[in-house]
Amino acid sequence: MSVGTEEKIEQRGSALHEFWQNLKSTPKSFLDTAFRGGAPKTDRTRSTFVFGNVFFHLHSVRTHRWSLRWTTTWGLGIATFAAFLITLITGVLLMFYYKPSPDVAYQSIKDIHFVVPTGRFMRNIHRWAGNVMVITVLLHMARAFYTAAYRKPRQFNWLMGMALLVVTLGLSFTGYLLPWDQLAYWAITIGANIAASPQEITNALGITQHFDPGGMQRLILLGSDTVGPEALIRFYLLHVMILPLVLALIVAVHFWRVRKDGGLARPADADRRLGPAKGTYPIFTEQPKKTYQLAAIVRGRTPAVGNGPEGTVPSMPHLFYGELAVLMLTVLICVALALIANAPLKELANPGVPENPAKAPWYFLGLQELVSFSAFMGGIGIPTIVLLGLGLIPYLDRETAGTGEWFGGPGGKKLAWRSVWFGLISVLAIESFVIRFGWLREWFPHIPQLVITAINPGTLLTLAYGAYSVWCVKKYNSTRAGAMALFTCFLCGFVVLTVIGTYFRGPNWVFYWSPADWPGH
Amino acid sequence: MSEEPKTPRSRLEPEPVSRRDVLGLMSLWAAASAMFFALVGMLRLPKAAVLSSPSKRFRVSLPQTLAAGEAFTPVGRNVAVYRDEQGVYAISRVCTHLGCIVKPTAEGFECPCHGSRYDRDGVVTKGPAPRPLEWLAVKEQGGALYVDEGASVAAGTKVKV
Ligand code: HEM
Ligand code: FES
Repeated sequence: MSVGTEEKIEQRGSALHEFWQNLKSTPKSFLDTAFRGGAPKTDRTRSTFVFGNVFFHLHSVRTHRWSLRWTTTWGLGIATFAAFLITLITGVLLMFYYKPSPDVAYQSIKDIHFVVPTGRFMRNIHRWAGNVMVITVLLHMARAFYTAAYRKPRQFNWLMGMALLVVTLGLSFTGYLLPWDQLAYWAITIGANIAASPQEITNALGITQHFDPGGMQRLILLGSDTVGPEALIRFYLLHVMILPLVLALIVAVHFWRVRKDGGLARPADADRRLGPAKGTYPIFTEQPKKTYQLAAIVRGRTPAVGNGPEGTVPSMPHLFYGELAVLMLTVLICVALALIANAPLKELANPGVPENPAKAPWYFLGLQELVSFSAFMGGIGIPTIVLLGLGLIPYLDRETAGTGEWFGGPGGKKLAWRSVWFGLISVLAIESFVIRFGWLREWFPHIPQLVITAINPGTLLTLAYGAYSVWCVKKYNSTRAGAMALFTCFLCGFVVLTVIGTYFRGPNWVFYWSPADWPGH
Repeated sequence: MSEEPKTPRSRLEPEPVSRRDVLGLMSLWAAASAMFFALVGMLRLPKAAVLSSPSKRFRVSLPQTLAAGEAFTPVGRNVAVYRDEQGVYAISRVCTHLGCIVKPTAEGFECPCHGSRYDRDGVVTKGPAPRPLEWLAVKEQGGALYVDEGASVAAGTKVKV
């Protein structure tokens, strides 16, 4: 020992020389300290790279080939995340100029739109990326549902996903107010009153003075009894701080869970179906360096020490290339949309004159259609039922047939199509009926409100879908079949109601075949 | 097993709570309840004690020419004020459905947002509105008329002037 040290000291040369050498090698040693596994050039170092990096290690080191097929995910989860990143970056840029106060908010958006260099472009990208995010998150949920990917052990992650859905919609909704134009003001007025709509029930029962959860919700949301400066600052705070932080937090859990649940759901015989791998198929040849003390808490019987790849390929680069491709595609789409269409900006908010028609963002127009039957049922009752139903799916469907396969499970694609028909026909039938004949209030002006709250097109539709899906459970003798029927029906209902709300409702929420028929105003 | 007390249990199967864990549990619960009460305290903050909205009471001067049953809408107030043989009355123009501002028409009121209709007394005739429009308190004071948007009165209440 001591001999070696002495030798070293002799060889060291002057301190100045050493200083110079160290300085020269600093960039390299800096990289070595930042990325301790060495340059990611071999499978082993690439694995260490993924494993040792706090961001990359949300992926597992190796990825199953089934997960890498486009048709497994269509990249929708990553696209959602990419859209989130885009809104994050453009949003921070918008914050340089935006001022959350009713006197100046509108003017500052106008400045961003017309004066700030690249301001309009950034605003457009932000707006369209937000829309893209809503679309992809819905599609991603549908894909997780139709591939039966919510089953054991992924039940909890499905719930995390639902939380993400709610937060995503919350982000869009809170962002909608910020321009403080007519569109914003009235959408938020309606939204805040939907929060207060439990009053429809408490008023009918005459207990609002003593027990007013609806009024409390609105008060907390708006910080006042009308949409004003307090509401704007609250929405701003939610939009730029609270909800993005919550979303980032849950996304981290969501990704981590995907990894810990054993990668993406796949059929039990995925390896056989994929056949032998083509081309090179990297395997660890080195002996493992560690003893596996954590083996006791790893799931499964035997730790996979020094084992072959079992249908997996290294995540780096295979998975990363795919993710990068999806990221670039999402950026491309958002930028293209931003170049094609400007984000809307109406006149300054006017609390005395509502927009006519006053429409919420498009993805809420299905709800607005339901709300036009009953505020409480459309705005709170039915959405709550839907969310509860979605959340229960993984705990009720404990079957195994068809996991990881599109439309897997009894009934399969045929059941999905059948449900599409049922879903479309029922929603179209009931909509045509109300549009043609009106509803209870017109026939019996003095009918108690509670009757309308309970019996309206929205609740009847929900009931019809529920009954159909129970029938499917019986017919196919499978909970999965019932879930598939219900999910498909609600999806169709959502799409139809959204389309009607978007394209076929004009002034006074009257049905028009085309905006060209709207009375001039 | 009882003859061989030395056999250590697996670390992964915890023993029943031992005396030395009680202190630990107590501090855990103390911390948890402290945080719970802190949270409850913080939750009180977002509920405003004083509302920032402007005063709800305002003065109106009805034009001499106002015909019986014709709506007068004071600027910046979502109220319709009327005068007829029985007196002066005010009806709120805030839709009882989701708070849009209704428009007075010849037949009554109509709401642009989801198509609710009301008759001239504010009673719902169509659409999703759950309740009639509110009638608001009108007071005469020192020769001037005041309407209070914050105080509702029974439908049909008219004030003689
Ligand atoms: C901000 C919103 C969300 C983001 C960024 C996100 C992201 C992701 C990503 C990147 C994956 C990996 C596979 C893939 O790309 O499909 C994934 C998987 C998954 N997600 Fe999401 N997700 C979101 C919302 C949701 C929602 C709304 C649900 C359903 C309620 C959901 C349920 C799931 C499930 C069950 C998996 C596992 C799928 C499998 O194992 O095959 N996620 N998510
Ligand atoms: S707000 Fe008047 S009908 Fe909905």
